[in-house]
Amino acid sequence: METSFPILTALIATPLVGAVLVALLSWRRSAEVGKLVGLLSAVVTAALSVWLLASYETGEVGYQFVTQQMWIERWGISWHLGVDGISLFLVVLTGLLFPLALLGVDPHHNGKAYLVWMLILEAGVMGSFISLDLFVFFLFFEIVLVPMYFLIGGWGYEGRVHAALKFFLYTMFGSAFMFVGVVATAFLARESVGRITFDLVVLQEQAEFATSTGRWLFFAFAVAFAVKVPIFPLHTWLPDAHTQAPTAGSVILAAVMLKLGTYGFLRFGLGLFPEAAYWARPLFLTLGVVGIIYGAIVATMQKDLKRLVAYSSIAHLGFIVLGSFAFTSQSISGSVLQMINHGVSTGALFLLVGWIYERRHTRQIAELRGIQAVAPIFAAGFMVVMLSSVGVPGLNGFVGEYLVLIGSFATARWWTVVAAAGVILAAVYLLWAYQRVFHGEPDEENRSFRELTVREGLVLVPFLAAIVFVGVYPKPLLDRIEPSVTELIEHVESRTDYVAPVSPAGERAGEEEGGG
Amino acid sequence: MLDVIWLIPAFPLAGFVLILLFGRRLGEPRAGYLATTMMVASFVVSAGAFLDLLGKPEEDRAHIEELFSWVPVSTLDVNMAFLADPLSITMCLFVTGVGAVIHLYAIGYMHGDAKFSKFFLYLNLFSLSMLLLVLGENLLVTFLGWEGVGTCSYLLISFWHTRESAATAGKKAFVTNRIGDWGFMLAMFLAFNAVGTLSYDKLNLAAEEGLLSSSTATGIAVLLFVGAVGKSAQLPLYVWLPDAMEGPTPVSALIHAATMVTAGVFLMTRVNPIIAVSSDWVPTLIAWVGAATALFAATIAVAQNDIKKVLAYSTISQLGYMFLAVGSGAYVAAIFHMVTHAFFKALLFLGSGSVIHGMHDEQDMRKMGLLRKAMPVTAITFVIGWLAIAGVPPFAGFWSKDEILLFSLAKSPALYVVGLVTALLTAYYMTRQVVMVFFGKARWESHAEEHGAQGDARPHESPILMLLPLVVLAIASVVGGGIQLPFSDATHRLEHWLHPVVEAGEAEIEGTWAYDNKYLLLGIATVVTLIGIALAWLVYERRRLRVVEPKVLEHAWYYDEALSNVMGGPGREAFEATSWFDRNVVDGGVRATAWGVRSAATGLRTGQSGFVRASAGIIGIGAVLLLAWFVVVRGIL
Repeated sequence: METSFPILTALIATPLVGAVLVALLSWRRSAEVGKLVGLLSAVVTAALSVWLLASYETGEVGYQFVTQQMWIERWGISWHLGVDGISLFLVVLTGLLFPLALLGVDPHHNGKAYLVWMLILEAGVMGSFISLDLFVFFLFFEIVLVPMYFLIGGWGYEGRVHAALKFFLYTMFGSAFMFVGVVATAFLARESVGRITFDLVVLQEQAEFATSTGRWLFFAFAVAFAVKVPIFPLHTWLPDAHTQAPTAGSVILAAVMLKLGTYGFLRFGLGLFPEAAYWARPLFLTLGVVGIIYGAIVATMQKDLKRLVAYSSIAHLGFIVLGSFAFTSQSISGSVLQMINHGVSTGALFLLVGWIYERRHTRQIAELRGIQAVAPIFAAGFMVVMLSSVGVPGLNGFVGEYLVLIGSFATARWWTVVAAAGVILAAVYLLWAYQRVFHGEPDEENRSFRELTVREGLVLVPFLAAIVFVGVYPKPLLDRIEPSVTELIEHVESRTDYVAPVSPAGERAGEEEGGG
Repeated sequence: MLDVIWLIPAFPLAGFVLILLFGRRLGEPRAGYLATTMMVASFVVSAGAFLDLLGKPEEDRAHIEELFSWVPVSTLDVNMAFLADPLSITMCLFVTGVGAVIHLYAIGYMHGDAKFSKFFLYLNLFSLSMLLLVLGENLLVTFLGWEGVGTCSYLLISFWHTRESAATAGKKAFVTNRIGDWGFMLAMFLAFNAVGTLSYDKLNLAAEEGLLSSSTATGIAVLLFVGAVGKSAQLPLYVWLPDAMEGPTPVSALIHAATMVTAGVFLMTRVNPIIAVSSDWVPTLIAWVGAATALFAATIAVAQNDIKKVLAYSTISQLGYMFLAVGSGAYVAAIFHMVTHAFFKALLFLGSGSVIHGMHDEQDMRKMGLLRKAMPVTAITFVIGWLAIAGVPPFAGFWSKDEILLFSLAKSPALYVVGLVTALLTAYYMTRQVVMVFFGKARWESHAEEHGAQGDARPHESPILMLLPLVVLAIASVVGGGIQLPFSDATHRLEHWLHPVVEAGEAEIEGTWAYDNKYLLLGIATVVTLIGIALAWLVYERRRLRVVEPKVLEHAWYYDEALSNVMGGPGREAFEATSWFDRNVVDGGVRATAWGVRSAATGLRTGQSGFVRASAGIIGIGAVLLLAWFVVVRGIL
């Protein structure tokens, strides 16, 4: 689709320009102006992403708003951007989340650098979701690490330096594999494509690899994505990073950065190497299910509220992995939707936990007690977000999980049976945590817990609105996600002997229509 | 009225939204009246829908109203749609009817509570969920309501959340229910994969037309039954219901007696064609779980001293009867008992609430007695409820229980005997309760000072707002049996009404010995009931027989305690071990790798001394080694 305005480039450029402006402004003279400029660029980006959503053609297959400019001709690297149903809502989520995260919490020192890093982070995340060139994608995928490293290290809590380093090294370790994978893919595909190119669309259509080569390349990418998701047993950087990151950092990390991994699996794993992905299916289904149960069990035993939410992420992301590798339109659509849902509800959970920390200067569950008695509105907000995370129908989390499970049941029945038990465990750890923090009689320290402020309320309302809206009426999202997912599955089918199960409904519905 | 069927859940939804936005401003008692009005409005619409359906020929008594497409992904296309048919409208009538009465009662009961309007917020949300559950056109809409009522139940049990026991009970209810919901979810997955739809209409049709293989039907039926066992508090998942009594008494009446807990029975009835084509052992399993639960819970009720705990175990027991009916193919009897039970159990719970209210929050029956003097209206209505649940003719419970026993005998004499023994115990423990609370000697005077802070420690009758609902429900408990009487075909009103829904699954018992001797069975049931009443009367009122309340029954067969011990002991240890594994093995591996890399790097770093001679030396050695390798290994030169 042609648009005169390069909206996707603008999505990356706006926060970047904002970052430069903030960096240039003298903070000592006009901190307020600097903050305003930073916030404004995030808000403009949000507006652009909403505009993108509004002008996206529903039901159309393929990438939209495509921009392509040759960058390094010799190696076939181009500035190639585009969105489809799989990336669309991740872009919108990123766009909307950053201003909310900036509004939700103030950094406790050096607001200027904080703002700069946040905006660079936004540009990096945006770039990763819309790049259609392997090399450009890799650049953005890597750039993202830098601001996050500084955010954790600079504005985090007591163990921030260690956590930041662990995060950085662990993810770099994964990325090293991917770098080799990216370069090798381009060069090894030269024969079948006829030239060296990093263009995802070209490679996806034309590249052909020998079976074992494809599998090696797939695993090179898969390691990087698995660390990012994170998939068991590569997950232990996450609880540390989440716990030590400043609130906004945790929100962004959980809501969008983890999705770089799950998104990468769909776009690059399944897209580029369908044969290998199909071959590796049992492994990833198993790891996904292990993540669901294991993450939940470990979450139950956490004493630190933020760590508990971090482990709950591992469980939730397990559903996304399961759905992605179950290869049905319901399961993958569910996975894509669940990426958004997890972003909204876990993002909100981290905000709330951050606000608890601001008030009580502790994250220890044992030190919190009876908050509902003194701050009922705060507790009500937490309750709705928690129920969304538990997967109560009528709220967003349910729709995604349900689609993942019902879709996976067709191709991965026993994995699904075990995974479904994860919803029991989700209720266990979240309700238990809620009870310990919010129920009971508040003691001396918790009696003065401040009620939700107006500003916090205004930040929380969009989250709650999204939670209820997607739970009650997910159709607008599913209508945009599903065509791209179906196309991806057809792509896998055309390259492998995999045949997506045809549910009897199609036939029956057809018959009925035919019969009048 | 049928095309505005959505109004039935819309009214409580409106109530919920209004109280959410203006609850604090409305305050007491207006929030209560608003919520009650919404329930009455729902009831009126339900009644209109009932009349509409009644005016149609039997085969047209099903109307589907689609609102919007809810979860559409390729072949999965689930609509937010409602099904109005005899079953759902019956459910709507008693949910909104009994619900409205209990809402009204709650205005009096919750008087003075700081969170008065929040209580009605939850109550309306619950009613909304319950109505979605029964009106759902497909399994997913029912599941929405199913988990919705579970969530509201959680919120309402832990309503007085500063009490640790209430908070724990709420959580326990939710988690236990979720175990059942796991089964419900898998049933949906199986159904969708086999038939490609979640709509009851099409699933039941597929079952009736033989498109559903017996093994698939068995799978769906058993998994849905797992869900029903959780929601309807049957063995082995009943443990949450006795604890749920921590909630305010109107909640116990509405959710944990009259409506929500019957959802499992409703679900089984909804899919009766699927059960009909599943393996033979499925209905037998359902019947035996029901019968076992009925007997098990009744034995426990015999030794409880908390006025609400007796009623809680009694509810579990009565729900067991309903599953016994379902398993025996007596779907009409199951619904019949559900309706009469809603009347008399709501009445008993509200009556107990009135007692608790009048006794200044005392729930121990050992500290009551002779309350009929102080609370005459409560006493009279409670006695009516007692006669109804005990199965004394002609009260409502007598007719519905008898119908279940009739069908269970047709299925298996053993089930019948269990049912009969349960009937005896029911009459016994209910008589015990009535005597301990309303007759005998007044034992509350000696405890008056414990509650006497306000000066007036004497028990007192409750306000009119609470008594009116008692009277309404008492009348219903007397005449409720009239909807289905065994005398002639014409008095089988409920059976004719439900016929289109249950015709596939309803057992045919005409011609069996049980059917031919149904009046004899009526007589046996009556005699057994009277024996139960007489025994308890002799023990507790006349003191002619020794009190038998074994510890094991008081402790509910130690089942719950054993469960808690397993969960808190080995269960918790296993969780701890996993957590330890994560810290020390998974993350330990990462740390070990990092340590390895660092120490290797540190070791190598010492080689980098920066001295030219050292570098030159190393280069020299390297060159020699390379040369040697080329010469010796590769054989060059």
